[in-house]
Amino acid sequence: MSVGDQTQGSAQVGPNLEVPASGPGLWERLVDRLDRAAGSAFILPAVLVILCLSIFPLVISLYISLVRLQFVSSGIQLTFVGLDNYAKLLVGIDHVHFLGQAAPPSAISWIVVGLVVGTAVVLFARYLRGGRLSPGGLVGRIIVTVGLCTLAWLAVTTLAPGGRPGTLMVTLVYVFVDITFQYILGLGLAMLCVQHLPGQRFFRVVFLLPMMITPVGVAYLFRMLADTSIGPLYPIWSALGLSNTSWVENAWGARAAVMIGDIWEWTPFIFIVLLAALESQSIEPLEAAVVDGANRWQIFWEITLPDILPVSTTVVLIRMIEAFKIIDLPNVLTNGGPGTATESLTLHAYTIWRALDIGGSAAVAYILLLTSTFCCLAFANLVRRRFVEG
Amino acid sequence: MKRHLEIVVGVLVVLSTVITACAAPATPQVVQVTQIVTAPPQTVVVTAPPPTAVPAVSYKGITINVITFTGPQIAEPLQRRAPDFERITGAKINVITVPFSDLYEKVLTDASTGTNSYDAYVFDPQWLADFATPGYLLDLSDRVKADTALDWNGIAPFFRNFSATYNGHVYTIPLDGDFEMVYYRKDIFDKNGDKPPETWDDYIALAQKYQGKDISGDGKPDYGSCISMKRGAQGFQMFPSIAAPFFQSKGTGQGAFFDTSNMQPLFGPNEGMAKALDIYKTLSKLGPPNQLNMDVGDTRTAFISGHCALSLDWGDIGPLSVDPSQSTVINEVGSVIDPGSKQVLDWSTGKLVACDATTCPNAVNGVNHAPYAAFGGWSFAINAKSKVADAAFAFGSYMSQPAQSSVDVTIGRTGFNPYRLAHFQNLGPWLHSGMNQAMAQDYLGAIQASLNSPNMVLDLRIPQTQYYQQVVLDTALAQFLAGELDANATMKQIADAWNKKTDELGRATQLAAYKGSLGITTK
Repeated sequence: MSVGDQTQGSAQVGPNLEVPASGPGLWERLVDRLDRAAGSAFILPAVLVILCLSIFPLVISLYISLVRLQFVSSGIQLTFVGLDNYAKLLVGIDHVHFLGQAAPPSAISWIVVGLVVGTAVVLFARYLRGGRLSPGGLVGRIIVTVGLCTLAWLAVTTLAPGGRPGTLMVTLVYVFVDITFQYILGLGLAMLCVQHLPGQRFFRVVFLLPMMITPVGVAYLFRMLADTSIGPLYPIWSALGLSNTSWVENAWGARAAVMIGDIWEWTPFIFIVLLAALESQSIEPLEAAVVDGANRWQIFWEITLPDILPVSTTVVLIRMIEAFKIIDLPNVLTNGGPGTATESLTLHAYTIWRALDIGGSAAVAYILLLTSTFCCLAFANLVRRRFVEG
Repeated sequence: MKRHLEIVVGVLVVLSTVITACAAPATPQVVQVTQIVTAPPQTVVVTAPPPTAVPAVSYKGITINVITFTGPQIAEPLQRRAPDFERITGAKINVITVPFSDLYEKVLTDASTGTNSYDAYVFDPQWLADFATPGYLLDLSDRVKADTALDWNGIAPFFRNFSATYNGHVYTIPLDGDFEMVYYRKDIFDKNGDKPPETWDDYIALAQKYQGKDISGDGKPDYGSCISMKRGAQGFQMFPSIAAPFFQSKGTGQGAFFDTSNMQPLFGPNEGMAKALDIYKTLSKLGPPNQLNMDVGDTRTAFISGHCALSLDWGDIGPLSVDPSQSTVINEVGSVIDPGSKQVLDWSTGKLVACDATTCPNAVNGVNHAPYAAFGGWSFAINAKSKVADAAFAFGSYMSQPAQSSVDVTIGRTGFNPYRLAHFQNLGPWLHSGMNQAMAQDYLGAIQASLNSPNMVLDLRIPQTQYYQQVVLDTALAQFLAGELDANATMKQIADAWNKKTDELGRATQLAAYKGSLGITTK
């Protein structure tokens, strides 16, 4: 007999015992209520902290991105200007700085854009025919399809000869080039360190060192190394006949300097995470593959890589979130120059913010937030559907 | 799985928001005691300055938080003299330094949010419009007049009436006098029979002559000119020295940044700006290979180590060049007023016209000089909400008093340049610093030529000057030098962005502020 089967006025407390049907007392009800509220009460401080530290600033910064600050006799005056700060970036006086200067589309541009658009449309059509339609999924895919096509168009027109990438595209280049190299190098080093080679403990520590250095320190380090006239590498540059050139005065040279610094600094992070993943890999499938005559490449491609893919997805995701916020290296190494060639979105926002144009700065920061969220979600969905779920 | 992944991504993105915290310092009490008069901390050999005087109070137990930019210059004299001031008054000086590009924002944020963690600011007087208007600065008008030890009238009128004053009220105590001028290697020029440049065309010709020549004697090619052109630093303040002689010819009150009839930028599409940009681009190629990435500290080091024939800079190179610990060109440096132009802009047509008695009434030998009072000189201001304002004022006064300042302006690493009449009249400290008489007279003469010029160019000082110059001008010039923009696009970008900001803040308001800044008596 269950409690639900009891008639009103009595309750069973044991197999054969019944208590008077007076119901729970005030104390019990209070305890019961407190008991049920305890979970909420315990997590309340954490929720408040998150609200104060993350949600509240997000809401306030959204409001700030819609205002203009002025100093008046009574102090500060915030004037609501609607989307004016965003309009400046997307279609106004700062749009070339933000979006870049498009080159006239060439045949190659059209081909690349055509391939991206075609792929996106095919994937979208496949989703529509898949029979697993949902309103959320449909809207999400439309946003991703339009977003990817727009970014592809922006990339091919601003990165083409005659064009000039704005801070948005420069940031995207940093993110995708840096993380690609960091993943390849990090995975390679991790594979080496699980081979039980002599000195592997030593090299594990050495490979981690760049990550331990503060980013500003790394920036100053690469600034010295990039100086061809008085830097520590002067003898090498001089021997190569490059002592009177400055590779940070060339747009792509300067971007390369920033990217090399970032790759050097953050490869260890991917290395250490992938090393842990490789070391926790089950040995039995590997032994079985060896017995079956699989070569090293087949073992890596068919067993190891799928095994570490969930970890890889997570570590790349974390790096993407971080990489979108890059500022130390371009700020210290080149101050965003030459011109605006190495300026990231965060540095763009910071430059405006230093003049206390907090509305304009918040608008850049919000677009950065939306862009990074879009890219991270698109990546997570892509990897999950294509690789993790097969 | 999908939902979980999306939640994880969302949470990670949201948690990446950066949060800052802030705190206000405690403030001790002032204790009244008797007046203290001391001898100067450093003795000048030839003519001793008057003794140091501080107010008739003791500030024992008080800490004064002073913010300025990351040194070593400017912060150095504050830090070096802090123990002396503490010994005399009991007040402890805490010097906080931040990068130059962050100083404006740090101080304004501190004041506008009511944090008030800084009692005094050593900053750019160009920013007075943004600080004085909301009431963040203490009005020092009565204090400076009452403080006899400060010798307020001993400060050159330009610095008293422009750098220190806004809307008729004194808000700062000058610690530095700023004019840009040209330095050249006198020994090399004399040897080759060259004369210092009178126009920017002369400057280019000389720079081209020495570019790639070994003038330091180390067997390696050196550079014709070293000018700071780094973005996000102080490089953008060199350009107006080049552009101003094309824009301003009829006296200081004419202005060199905006048309005073309609607030249209002179740094916009016109022949004068095109010519100035052309000179700027040419000079960018007549220097070290990484000139676009050199801050003023880098170019100064390059010049005083003998690697540059010419340089454009504030007054710092003079004292630095006689510092035996850094310089290889001691007493071999000549100084001359900013080069000028033989053509000026007709504001109404946007065309360049030749200089004559009408178009260039202040020309010398047919050359229109427009010496640029860039920056206005580092100045000491006090937070209106400071609870130790008396002690802070005493420290500002102490730093500016003739006894201290006469020595500090002769030391290269201070970043302080002459601004008191006595600094120009008394050669003693200069000779004591290592300059010979000829160089001291030459150096001070170049500054005085700028200071006394009827066509001196006042730096921009209107609301949000920082945005006009350090965001818009700095970025556009950097893009121009890097080849991202051609001259026409650069002029258009500056004009459009300046006009947009002017319209946002109110064209009439900005015009009134600009005309007000030009109408100040400077002589």
